[in-house]
Amino acid sequence: MKFLRWLAGLVFLSAVIIAIFHYLDIPAGSKLTLYLLLCFFLALYRILRGPTAADRSVATDILGILVVGFCAIMAIFSGKDWYMDIAIAWALQSFIGTLALAKFLEGRGFDE
Amino acid sequence: MNEVISLVFIVVGITFDLFGCLGLIRLPDLYNRLQASTKSVTLGTCSILFGVFLKFGFTAAGVKAILCIIFLLLTAPVAAHALARGAHKNGVKLWENSVCDKYSEDQDNL
Repeated sequence: MKFLRWLAGLVFLSAVIIAIFHYLDIPAGSKLTLYLLLCFFLALYRILRGPTAADRSVATDILGILVVGFCAIMAIFSGKDWYMDIAIAWALQSFIGTLALAKFLEGRGFDE
Repeated sequence: MNEVISLVFIVVGITFDLFGCLGLIRLPDLYNRLQASTKSVTLGTCSILFGVFLKFGFTAAGVKAILCIIFLLLTAPVAAHALARGAHKNGVKLWENSVCDKYSEDQDNL
């Protein structure tokens, strides 16, 4: 049963990757953005399914780092500079939010 | 030529991101997931940002990309360490096949 679940996941991921690579008639930058969107959905699956609150915090941290990379790719393939400003601001906010979540998990107040 | 090198860096970074998120949904335990995903996704995003720097050169956007790399490399391990510590104090169990737990041994000795 476990092997079947493993095989189904592998076939699904390979099918999505090959379908994006072969059967979509869009430019290369949009394909790279779609691969990053697949990463977003994997992290969102962990946020939905996570057994404890700490799992959801980890997935939120990963999602914050992924958004920085997404902004960088959009800065290249749309040619607009201000996406990098969004990336820097998002990295800052994600770091502070993760530290606040860790403090909350530890069970202490914010002012210690 | 520069564009080709930057595209190679971006593809390598997206591959790292994909494998990091695969570890995030595949591995059995919070600490294993943290171990797999945080380092891999940080390195992949830094690779994407370095590709952006190679594309733009020393303009405003390129220098911002270098700043973002330095900031990510400084802050992502700190955030991961704080999350692991908070989760351990919150009482999240290890996987049943894990062999050692040095942190709780230290807490017992204190």
